Amino acid sequence: MISVSQLTKVYGQALAVDHISFEVAQGQIVGFLGPNGAGKSTTLRMLTCYLPPTSGGATVDGFDIFHQSEQVRRNMGYLPENVPLYTEMKVREYLDFRGRLRKMDRATRVRRMGYVMDRCWLKGVEHKTIGHLSKGYRQRVGLADALLHDPKVLILDEPTVGLDPTQIRETRKLIADLGGDHTLLLSTHILPEVEAVCGRVIVISGGKIVAQGSPEELRNSRKLSARVLVECRGPAKEVEQALTRVSGVGAVELLDGQADRSMVTAALRPREGYDIREEVARTIIQHGWPLREIRLEHATLEEFFVQVTANQAMGRV
Amino acid sequence: MSRSIVIARRELSSYFYSPIAYVAMTLFLLVAGFLFWRDFQPGKPVAMRTIFDWMVWLLVFIVPVLCMGLLAQEWATGTIETLMTAPVDETEVVLGKFLGSLGFFVVLLIPTLVYVGMLALYGRPDYGPIFSGYLGVVLVGGLFIAIGLFCSSWTRSQVVAAVAAAAILFTVTIAPWWAGQQTALPTFWRKVVDQGVFTRYTDFSKGVLDLGNIIFFLVATAVFLFVTIKVLESRRWK
Repeated sequence: MISVSQLTKVYGQALAVDHISFEVAQGQIVGFLGPNGAGKSTTLRMLTCYLPPTSGGATVDGFDIFHQSEQVRRNMGYLPENVPLYTEMKVREYLDFRGRLRKMDRATRVRRMGYVMDRCWLKGVEHKTIGHLSKGYRQRVGLADALLHDPKVLILDEPTVGLDPTQIRETRKLIADLGGDHTLLLSTHILPEVEAVCGRVIVISGGKIVAQGSPEELRNSRKLSARVLVECRGPAKEVEQALTRVSGVGAVELLDGQADRSMVTAALRPREGYDIREEVARTIIQHGWPLREIRLEHATLEEFFVQVTANQAMGRV
Repeated sequence: MSRSIVIARRELSSYFYSPIAYVAMTLFLLVAGFLFWRDFQPGKPVAMRTIFDWMVWLLVFIVPVLCMGLLAQEWATGTIETLMTAPVDETEVVLGKFLGSLGFFVVLLIPTLVYVGMLALYGRPDYGPIFSGYLGVVLVGGLFIAIGLFCSSWTRSQVVAAVAAAAILFTVTIAPWWAGQQTALPTFWRKVVDQGVFTRYTDFSKGVLDLGNIIFFLVATAVFLFVTIKVLESRRWK
């Protein structure tokens, strides 16, 4: 559905996007992940035909973003970063304007406006002036606009910024629902978002793609194993020694930050194929140390993200 | 073209949300009303020529204010991105903005039709010069709006846009008129100042419909609109 090849953007001297290539299949939800200034927005702006690429190209639904820009834009819904809107207009009036701009006939406009205002929780504010709405509502107006013409491809630049936690959860649910019928490319620097909704992740840093795959693949790719966190009351040195001797435990790391000196928190890396929790609990109890918590923690995408982007930054120095 | 109409309608209605448009409207109608009142006396000619002539002077200052936000505001707030990523092209946007502003300008003129009614009530006006006068004002307004739109296209600052537009309008309207008042002017310069907007415009208010003048205004308007379209397209080459 989206096919990007060797896409490059140079601003003056600065290389913002550096020969990136990727594919997004129909119905996929792909997360575009990267730190601020990584080139996410620039890439999305090229895909939405707002900025022309310096070199390389892309097609959306078979249409070239440079030579067939109008067809590309017709099939695409776009939520730009910061959601620019005409603040003097009312919500319904704005959506009606956008529908007319897309040459939707009256009946279709009315039907689709009802649908998107319902999906984006805008009922009740439809006659309010956009400039008087909170950031969260404006975000939803932008999202409603992107969905208005039922586009095949949706490009959302940081869709949940400025929303409160309930709205974030609802928006993610909406995005997940949209997958399948629509192809979605969304940029974000919020990791749980990617894990929650995206089937595939493209990690970009310094204008380059540094990794891509499903969230699970990325977690596994760097040998980030799960770890067991243990908290108990006891002498730090002895606890560490005792835990190291438990079979299946690879490495023990004492985590500090405890105000109470008699409290120990340790992170244990189990060896491949071992579930060490029961053995660890027994060991601690045998020593008579009160066990406060024991918990298995799966590797997070966050660790992965920190690793790759840090590597990238170091590689550039 | 239909997209231009959609944009023009939005632009026109957004004027009625902005205080600056009301200020411009009030100022325009106050001055026009004062001029009419001054001329609306027994024994004076049953005509609107003075109003028409003064209107052009007034427009030099009012149009820059009306047009300053047309594109500068889109750049400043970023709405240009939502606009240009919809399936519209630069020509449709520029034409739409132009027509929207021209529409507002015509709305501005409508109350002055009351004066025509009053003249008809108390005298027997010659409708020829009144008609050509209105035509001339609309043509001048169109050109001024095209210039204002152009000035608004290459800056994010509405103040810069307004000042630049006022400077250009002054240069093409008031400066040549003033130079034309000087008696000792070389023939070449006389020819140049005769191209000034005000000089060409006075033919209309006198009731002379000269095809050359009409074409002059239409072509000049088209040139500024064309350059504005190119400025909008130029973001692609940066």
